[in-house]
Amino acid sequence: MLLWLLWFAIALPAGAAALAVIVYGGNRWFLLIGRTSDGHHQIELACDACHTSVFGGPEVLQAACVNCHGAELQAVNDSHPQSKFTDPRNAERTARLDARFCVTCHQEHRPRITRPMAVTLPDDFCVICHQDIGEERPSHKDLSFATCASAGCHNFHDNQALYTDFLRKNAKQPDHLPKPRIALVERRARPAAGARALVAADADAPDGHRSEEAVTAWAADAHALGGVNCSGCHADKQAGWVAAPGLATCRGCHAEQAAGFIAGKHGMRLRDGLLATREGPFGLFKQTALGPMTPAMARVPMKPEANDTALGCTTCHGPHRFDLARARVEACAGCHDDAHTRAYFGSPHHALLEQEAAGALPAGSGVGCATCHMPLAEQRRDGRRHVQVTHNQNANLRPNEKMARGVCLNCHGLRFTLDALADAALVKRNFQGLPAGHVESIDWATRRTRKREAAK
Amino acid sequence: MTRSRQAKHQEGLIMGLATKAGAVAALLCAGAAVAAEPAIPVKQVADMLHAVMSSDRTVYTQKVVNRLQNEEKVITADEHFMDQKALPLPAQMFRFGAEMAAEKNKSFSYSLLSLWPINKQNKPRTELEKQGLSFVAENKGKNFYGEETLGGKKFFTAVYADIAVSPACVSCHNEHLDSPRDDFKKDDVMGGVVIRIPVN
Repeated sequence: MLLWLLWFAIALPAGAAALAVIVYGGNRWFLLIGRTSDGHHQIELACDACHTSVFGGPEVLQAACVNCHGAELQAVNDSHPQSKFTDPRNAERTARLDARFCVTCHQEHRPRITRPMAVTLPDDFCVICHQDIGEERPSHKDLSFATCASAGCHNFHDNQALYTDFLRKNAKQPDHLPKPRIALVERRARPAAGARALVAADADAPDGHRSEEAVTAWAADAHALGGVNCSGCHADKQAGWVAAPGLATCRGCHAEQAAGFIAGKHGMRLRDGLLATREGPFGLFKQTALGPMTPAMARVPMKPEANDTALGCTTCHGPHRFDLARARVEACAGCHDDAHTRAYFGSPHHALLEQEAAGALPAGSGVGCATCHMPLAEQRRDGRRHVQVTHNQNANLRPNEKMARGVCLNCHGLRFTLDALADAALVKRNFQGLPAGHVESIDWATRRTRKREAAK
Repeated sequence: MTRSRQAKHQEGLIMGLATKAGAVAALLCAGAAVAAEPAIPVKQVADMLHAVMSSDRTVYTQKVVNRLQNEEKVITADEHFMDQKALPLPAQMFRFGAEMAAEKNKSFSYSLLSLWPINKQNKPRTELEKQGLSFVAENKGKNFYGEETLGGKKFFTAVYADIAVSPACVSCHNEHLDSPRDDFKKDDVMGGVVIRIPVN
């Protein structure tokens, strides 16, 4: 009897505490059924980011996947969208590989079977639908289906730089283009209508909040030139004077940059609705956000001294002087400490940056970390050219052929680009040297065209 | 549980059951009301859907692609229309519509297939598709109807001939490097529209 009472005395409070953590949040480590993938570990304790409902099947998870990744897949013209598999004529195929749902290929919390790109299927899965590819493409006849996604050949989702016509069209480009395409975002800070450019004497921060250093930096930078005073960022109607405004303030004017930032690993923990804890009964739980990413949480090598740096807009840009040159290299290398980053400082790309700094090359010729990982994206809007920096540094990171069109092809030919991206050792050395191998996809594409043209 | 709480619980259960019964009854009534309306045979529904599809497809092919690409030569139609700043091909236009319709309404599906497809994913795959496409190619002016079971579900399947309605169809399919045929003429059957409607 006493033992039973003891059991109840321990089990009931423990059960209640566990239930409260499940429902309201907190340290949910005991709920993780396996190591979370590299893409999601930052938000793994916000279970309801993906598990939006206790009820429902794969559709519920699918909606969560699409909520974060849908727009990106649409933007890259996804080669295998869900709509390709919903037609009943594909029933036999979907019975073998249900490609209507992301989780068929990307199961979470399954570390033992998780491969690069968070794929949890054996790497020959293409065979299920494309087993007769050898009949259509004799060049593919004796290839192993485990090699389809080898760098430079095919991706399941993004084939913008890999489709046959594109390969054919760009087949003859030299390794280095004679005229590298230099794109610059010209910072033309202009005051809004009715406002004027501000100078140091205009700074309206109250006494005690107006350091000379901050005012000098601000007065020389875009915000002052654009007519944005101290109060434009620091004064909040409810909170009063905010010493260190965060993402919520910045995105009031820089919505696209902020959206990109929270779509990538640097800012994903700051996505709206991601909570560490939610409001609970009797004031036991208070609503708290997940909070910013820090290098200490990262799974790639970081400098220990940067461990506690909370990532927000001003981490890379500086609080008052939004120095783009610093954001291009120094900000990245301030935290990242992997082989690729370290090798950058002896790389041909870095040499270009040094030559630009010395005035030997025109502005924009240098290649910094951000040149490739946060490239300028160009769009036509209302018939006008619109250029802005991609603030989601993961958008073109993996598979690395995603970097080909938006970055590499600005300066290099497609053949050289695909060969270089396929050489993992070369990537690790930050492109010091030449590609060791050759990806034959371009040769096959051009050969096939010649044969077909001859046959016609 | 105290007596009053038990009573409340039972009351709640009864209310819940009553609500559900009411809902079921309402559904039955609604069902009866629907049943009283004249039912359109599934074959006729498929014919109606096809009339819309083939009309839109013909209009796009003739009044947009053929006019602007082949006659006025002001813009091309290209498979990679985003990269090339071109018009979507008529077959892509049709597929985009089919995919959007499938998202909006799950009670039917349709696709454009061919015995001589440029994209090999559009060759017939099910036995009925093979029969239907052969039938409409060999019996010009006639449609093909049948039933098939796919993924454990039974479907009414209709196949309609897809005709080369303009010179743009013929020139593109004869000249495309991936096309298995280069002898199409205007008004030839180039493939077929397959419409599926689930039936119990």
